[in-house]
Amino acid sequence: MIEVKHLTKHYGSKVALNDVSFTVNDGEILGFLGPNGAGKSTTMNILTGYLSSTDGEVLINGTDILDEPIKAKKDIGYLPELPPLYPDMTVKEYLNFIYDLKKVKIPRKAHIEEVCSLVKITDVYERMIKHLSKGYRQRVGVAQALIGNPEILILDEPTVGLDPKQILDIRNLIKRLGKKHTVILSSHILSEIQAVCDRIVIINQGQIVADDTTEHLTSAALDDMRYTARIEGPAEEVAKLIEGIGGVVAVTDLGETEPGVHDFEIECEEDKDIRRDLFRRLCDRKWLLLGLKSNQMSLEDIFLRITMGDSFDFNKKKKSDPQSDEELQKKLLEQVSGAVVAADIIHGQKMTRTEETAAALPPETDEEDAAAGDEQNAEGSEE
Amino acid sequence: MGAIFKREMKAFFTSPIAYIFIAIFWFIAGIYFVFLNLGSATTDMSYVFSGVFIFVLILIPLLTMRLFADEKKLKTDQCLLTAPVSLSGIVFGKFFSALCVFLCAMVIYIPFVIVLRILAGSLAMAQIVGNFTGLLLVGASFISIGIFISSLTEMQIISAIVSIIVNFVLYMIDVFASSVTWEPLKKAMVAIGFYNRYVEFTQGIFNITSVIFFISVIFIFSFLTVRVLEKRRWS
Repeated sequence: MIEVKHLTKHYGSKVALNDVSFTVNDGEILGFLGPNGAGKSTTMNILTGYLSSTDGEVLINGTDILDEPIKAKKDIGYLPELPPLYPDMTVKEYLNFIYDLKKVKIPRKAHIEEVCSLVKITDVYERMIKHLSKGYRQRVGVAQALIGNPEILILDEPTVGLDPKQILDIRNLIKRLGKKHTVILSSHILSEIQAVCDRIVIINQGQIVADDTTEHLTSAALDDMRYTARIEGPAEEVAKLIEGIGGVVAVTDLGETEPGVHDFEIECEEDKDIRRDLFRRLCDRKWLLLGLKSNQMSLEDIFLRITMGDSFDFNKKKKSDPQSDEELQKKLLEQVSGAVVAADIIHGQKMTRTEETAAALPPETDEEDAAAGDEQNAEGSEE
Repeated sequence: MGAIFKREMKAFFTSPIAYIFIAIFWFIAGIYFVFLNLGSATTDMSYVFSGVFIFVLILIPLLTMRLFADEKKLKTDQCLLTAPVSLSGIVFGKFFSALCVFLCAMVIYIPFVIVLRILAGSLAMAQIVGNFTGLLLVGASFISIGIFISSLTEMQIISAIVSIIVNFVLYMIDVFASSVTWEPLKKAMVAIGFYNRYVEFTQGIFNITSVIFFISVIFIFSFLTVRVLEKRRWS
């Protein structure tokens, strides 16, 4: 268990962390989410005893990391942002060094082999670290954190630099590890956090802005009742027809996407499901419904709102305000490509469709539940 | 400490640095031995020991420059400082690895002594042991100073240059002291100078205060290194 109480960190006059408190329970996977420079790495460095906090305390299984660092550090496996690798060592030498450094008591050979096969680095075991690709280095970094089977794993952006297949592997690994270990995982990629974590802490400018379970955060985002329908038929008549459905507040024609096919945005009353009605009425008129999706706010939207300074009330059901240009632009983009995650465009990074879909694949049958959140997200961005 | 010692030893001997260090040391010690002992047919090894002092002063920073500067540059210090080891364990692990390489270099004196023993029949062994101890203490002091300076920077080359300068000052301070007229300052300078203390050893004087002096230097600089690592967490 990790308890973080009123953590504050100043770098000179700059406040990096401001009164950050949260608790991670045993066997929980906590997602630590925030834009670059929000204080994620700083927090993790303090949790692991690499940095000291200006104020506040960190308890690792009840032990203060500053008072009894050696005892507290024994329970932690840490993968920093840049994996701490010695380029002049082979993977074998390096992992043996870490084994000695952590004073591990488990039988050496079997344990190191087990860790290597877990992160799939057995085939580079004898190679020099400086000759490894970024993906392999990252995985050696993960292996290093796993040596000694620490109770707590702190992983700072563990999937950076990996290809989609490897990302999937690492996510599954983390999920599997989460059954026995307590895991803190940081990332600025939402779908990753959503796919893996039980709980999400969102941090922005050194302050916690949200701390909730993944389901709760996602369901808070579902309350917005808007649909986008792609319908083949005469635009004006279709719009009129939709307006006639009980519960519809407004219909907007978003324009023609193919000859004779229009997209409509339909805004409904709260708790009113118009989908069946809509389908039947279009059937009656022999107009074709080519697509229908609910424009629920994805975690991306929540994240963007929070980190861009807009307030978002998770507990209060409320219709969203007229959308800003930026959001509209984002939505259009989503519709055009269907795969590019807008949040990442704004942060200057692209995520390819393959990566997204790879993330959404149910990795193992018994883990479908956990992956459900991710699938939901992928459905939201695809038509 | 054991793990770090082992890793550093491996790093010294997989890179050319330890071999270069040992080769240069053996070469210089060999020259002194051939010309001063064999050439002038004497068993007095004091010049063979005192002569290498200036080279030790320049060579040791080669060993120590990498020890902490590189960790900081490669960010591997994150691995060491979040592992369940004490800071002094880290510092002394590195200290003993460099000292071990230095000892490997000093091993060359053993064949020298054997050769002299065979040629001359008898040797003043006590004096030679004293010489050996003196050189070891001086080397260890330079190593702890070098490690301290290495912990202050990310650049190996800066670490090496600054270490050489500091070592030189400690060497020259005895020379400067002779031209200082103000007595208290002169005394203070003589007290911290390395060279005269070392030369005493080579002349066969085993001065216990000098032994304590060098051991104190080792501990003070190791302590300072620990403080530097500690302070980095608070910055």
